[in-house]
Amino acid sequence: MLKTKVLLAGAATLFAGFAQAQTELTWWHAMGGQLGETVNEIATRFNAAQSDYAITPVYKGGYEDTLTATIAAFRAGEQPNIVQVFDAGAATIIGAEGAVIPAEDLIQEAGISFDANDYISGVRYFYADSAGKMVGMPFNSSTPILYYNIEALEKAGVEPPKTWEEFEAIAPKLKDAGYVPLSQSHSPWIWTENFHSRHNLPFATNNNGFDGSDGTKILVNNDAIKMHFSKVKEWLDAGYYGYYGAGWGDNQAPFENGEAAMWLGSSGSFGGLLNSADFEFTATYLPYWESITSEPTQTFIGGAALFALSGHDAADNKGSAEFFKFLSSPDIQLMWHKQTGYVPITTAAYDAAKAEGYYEETPQAEIGIKQLSLPSGDNSKGYRMGFYVQIRDVMNREYGRIFAGETDVESAFAVIEQEGNKLLERFSKTN
Amino acid sequence: MDKAQFSSPWMPYLLLMPQMLIIAIFFLWPAAEAIRSSFFLEDPFFGKATFVGIDNYRDALTGSDYQRTAWFTALFTILVALISLGLGLMFAVSADRVLRGQSTYKTLLMWVYAIAPPVAGLIGVMLFDQHIGPLVDFAALFGWDMRIGVNYWDTGTAMIIVATWKQIPYNFIFFLSGLQSIPSSVKEAASIDCRSEFRRFWTITFPLLAPTSFFLLILNITYAMFETFGTIDLIVKDQPGNSPVTLVYKVYRDGFRGNDLGGSSAQSVILMLIVLALTIVQFRLIERRVHYN
Repeated sequence: MLKTKVLLAGAATLFAGFAQAQTELTWWHAMGGQLGETVNEIATRFNAAQSDYAITPVYKGGYEDTLTATIAAFRAGEQPNIVQVFDAGAATIIGAEGAVIPAEDLIQEAGISFDANDYISGVRYFYADSAGKMVGMPFNSSTPILYYNIEALEKAGVEPPKTWEEFEAIAPKLKDAGYVPLSQSHSPWIWTENFHSRHNLPFATNNNGFDGSDGTKILVNNDAIKMHFSKVKEWLDAGYYGYYGAGWGDNQAPFENGEAAMWLGSSGSFGGLLNSADFEFTATYLPYWESITSEPTQTFIGGAALFALSGHDAADNKGSAEFFKFLSSPDIQLMWHKQTGYVPITTAAYDAAKAEGYYEETPQAEIGIKQLSLPSGDNSKGYRMGFYVQIRDVMNREYGRIFAGETDVESAFAVIEQEGNKLLERFSKTN
Repeated sequence: MDKAQFSSPWMPYLLLMPQMLIIAIFFLWPAAEAIRSSFFLEDPFFGKATFVGIDNYRDALTGSDYQRTAWFTALFTILVALISLGLGLMFAVSADRVLRGQSTYKTLLMWVYAIAPPVAGLIGVMLFDQHIGPLVDFAALFGWDMRIGVNYWDTGTAMIIVATWKQIPYNFIFFLSGLQSIPSSVKEAASIDCRSEFRRFWTITFPLLAPTSFFLLILNITYAMFETFGTIDLIVKDQPGNSPVTLVYKVYRDGFRGNDLGGSSAQSVILMLIVLALTIVQFRLIERRVHYN
């Protein structure tokens, strides 16, 4: 009895395979938990929306694990059609010439129209080449913003700060009201990379690294950021800033349990915070130093993008292009935006969210995208640097040493510059 | 005396084959590959390699953090090996002496070993969590504000405790079986000659345990140096920052996280040389003093 059933089921699958003759696509991603569910829903919707292609999402672990697995698969000739690669890995995958078909080429070769201007400006360039051609298709995009506990600020009788000067003025009041005024979850991303972007300061030579890895030098050892970290250390010593290590969650927890009044995190954290925080909170732009600039510029995205890997036949590539188009459609972007808190990547999706009044109920959800749409500058598009995971490790280590009082700001940034440049020089030899 | 002889001279080689194959495939080949790639900088996707001579070695050894990492690795290895050996021996001696309910004690002490290492690591890490860890609260009772992930030595202490805790049951099992294989006639004879239990242990029992102890010493050093990087990764929550790490963790981090194949290979070759030196020292100096039956 059981045997017959198994046989029948087997036959049914076989027939299904023949009948549909679909092109199978694989998509490796790094979205676990609730995000993974949403990824699966996108795939299911794509498969239901057309009958030529069937995409299978596969969770490969964290960002680094996914990239490592992709490299191993690529060398064995078993690479997936599409892979999700995070910001710090962008130089690795884009630098390996021929490993990726630029998203723009892929879509145009499939005969689908493509206009880069459909995409929001802070999103468009991070995964593009130096000419502005989109190489990766932005997927989960977020940007650093300042969250604050409404009740805490009211209790202290202060307004949310627009600038760091304003923060310095209100921090003592928040402290007196019994709060840790500020915590922050990712010093390299928020206080280094986006610090340069917000103040329109160059972060690396060679057009912030976009023009190629040869001779690229990191410009992190500058007076503006050294001033910032000297201040941060003063804040830490005065109890205006709480440092809980290099981990993301350890710094978010004090805000969630009401200890910290303000938290610098990701616009994509919004969905999770709604569930975990039992107080009213909202968000505002990443503060800037008025002493550095009077015209602050936009920030750029963190998160990850999707890359179409080479080595597949034309039919497969057409399928990947169709999927990218589907992914950029307003419906899917709106669903992704609302379910996860990541920003929509196209203006059409942003308009759709505005049209249905989403931001009237949840104004916090709009902060990230508004910040990404602020005026841009020459240095606000992001950066492209190789071995960047290690460079971030060096930054995190040196910042930790500054905060622990093991080193001073001056020598810490000298070390970051020296080791960063060493890593960049090494990376340029891999190509 | 008869000499055991194989009928064919090829027979012993044939019988050794499977073991030799395993060594070749899982050790010699990867080791040779690591040595080769330590002289190159390689594009991870296509394997296009640039020969850089000994640059990878020089860069690894001159990194500002290398020395600190090496010192921490040495301290970590010594402490984890000695403390887990010491406690394992102490528990084994105690359990061996208990007359009633011996098997209950034994089972309880071996229990931890039955938990899968990642799960045990996670439990240890939760006990030391910065915000919710009960052991952090416990330390606070004594006025010790443990700041895991922020303070270098607080984090190091947590790493040493978790790594040690996981290894105790393993040592316990071996020491207990070592103790039980000591003939009771020897123990009885000793107790007639000497009344001090403490002296009997150090003059009779401990030397008889020497082969077990030597074997465990090597295994524990290997464990502390190589097998603890999962625990370390869990404690630093994937972001080492200013936390102490061991040399193997750095190999893993640069190679698997950072895709720096050449640099990571050079670091692992250096580590291979250290272990080789250590093993020679162990066998030359310590094993001489170990008497097998």
